[in-house]
Amino acid sequence: MVKRRASKVFVFVLGLAPLVALLWRAYHDRLTANPIEYITHYTGDWTLRFIIFTLFITPLRKVLGQPGLIRYRRMIGLFAFFYACLHFLTYLVIDKFFDWKEILTDIGKRTYITVGFTGFVMLAALAVTSTAGWIRRLGGKRWQLLHRLIYLAVVAGVVHYYWSVKSDVRQPVFYGVLAALLLAYRWKIGTFARPRVSTPVVSRAPETVAR
Amino acid sequence: MLIRKSPDVRYSEVTPKSLYLNRRKFLAGVPGAVLAGNELLSPSGRASAATTKLQTVQSALSTTGERINPKEYVTGYNNYYEFGTGKDEPQQLARNFKTYPWIVTVEGECAKPRKFTIDEILKLAPLEERVYRHRCVEAWSIVVPWIGYSLSTLLNQVEPNPKAKFVAFETLYDPKQMLSPLQAGIPLPYVEGLRLDEAMHPLALLTVGMYGETLPPQDGAPVRMVLPWKYGFKSIKSIVKIRLVGGQPASTWNLYAPNEYGFYSNVNPNRDHPRWSQKTERRLGEFGRRTTLMFNGYGDQVASLYKGMDLIRNY
Repeated sequence: MVKRRASKVFVFVLGLAPLVALLWRAYHDRLTANPIEYITHYTGDWTLRFIIFTLFITPLRKVLGQPGLIRYRRMIGLFAFFYACLHFLTYLVIDKFFDWKEILTDIGKRTYITVGFTGFVMLAALAVTSTAGWIRRLGGKRWQLLHRLIYLAVVAGVVHYYWSVKSDVRQPVFYGVLAALLLAYRWKIGTFARPRVSTPVVSRAPETVAR
Repeated sequence: MLIRKSPDVRYSEVTPKSLYLNRRKFLAGVPGAVLAGNELLSPSGRASAATTKLQTVQSALSTTGERINPKEYVTGYNNYYEFGTGKDEPQQLARNFKTYPWIVTVEGECAKPRKFTIDEILKLAPLEERVYRHRCVEAWSIVVPWIGYSLSTLLNQVEPNPKAKFVAFETLYDPKQMLSPLQAGIPLPYVEGLRLDEAMHPLALLTVGMYGETLPPQDGAPVRMVLPWKYGFKSIKSIVKIRLVGGQPASTWNLYAPNEYGFYSNVNPNRDHPRWSQKTERRLGEFGRRTTLMFNGYGDQVASLYKGMDLIRNY
């Protein structure tokens, strides 16, 4: 139990590392001549990376024969939402400084912002319903169905990134390929095909349910 | 045309480089007490390619009333895709870029086509210091004290003939020193173009230096254009060829995405980029956003070039 606890603390600290690195750079004046742009891109990158990390949990459990990895999935997912919040707040507060008119125009008119914002709303829904209480309230089956939104969220994240860059699409394409492989894996193991058995998704017996 | 009042002091007079560096050193030394080696890591501590001092005269075409950005903003934050698509990459990757000897070929529809060495270009006319606002299509801006003279001075040397209607520019493309088009993500060599009357406009600056010195490689050494009323990408860097031509020449970003980047690319807050707004901009070093001005605030001088034109359609 103690060991389990310690490993969670370890993953938590790892999850905070990108933020610490960012603050370290900020303290040493290493955020380039355009710090707001840097912070926006940095937090966006880490949001997408953490979404990808959560999608790696299921394949890694199978491939490495480590079903216990499921323990960390919720935390990693919440870190994805945490960096998404920083990303969105950077845009809202620092970049646009609560210029609601401009922000609403962006969300409605700029396709990459529309897609990004949609992804953010999806992550928020997943974060809110990530507790054991919500699993009980929704029922395992419905909860699982809802949490497949992560597949849409990763697509939204990649498309948002791809449409936002001026010309060098290598990074978004890289994440796009990773996401495609991870989704193809789900398709191969039948995540999208078979109706799932309704079992409670609690951390004590996770092996039976989560894919 | 409105001739603006010339500035009282030039950049080189305001901040002698030695004092400036000492100040940086002093500032960098304070946190250095906490963490040794800090200066090595800070952008100001990085070595940059050698530049030499230039003698300049004042210019009536210099922009007044603007706070000039510190030099590091202009040397450490660049769009020069031949040397990397990250803003901080050109400073590193262009460090050993060979900018001497350098020859610029001026040819095409003119009476006296010829080649100019960089030494000849530096001596063709008195070098003026001109402070210009620089607005990037990515919605950030800076204020830079450029050094050079009007492009018309050079073009008049070759005597354009009546068939010359446009000017085509080309950047050096040397695969041994630069990234491949695939790595840069754009077709290379980088090309740009202007209408002849735009090119002959006194504000169109053939630029050989900034901040009292020759250009560092990442800023387009040894010779580049600066067109303050157009988005930054029109101001082509490291020029090797200038051609006077009859038809509208190709321009790199227009080739890349014609619906996003037009031939004119005048700064225009009323015509958004398809994917982002051009109404406001971030002046580097400032917290809030500024309203973007038509023609980047140079409308008094250049608006007459576009009289009767639909600038939404001719973006």
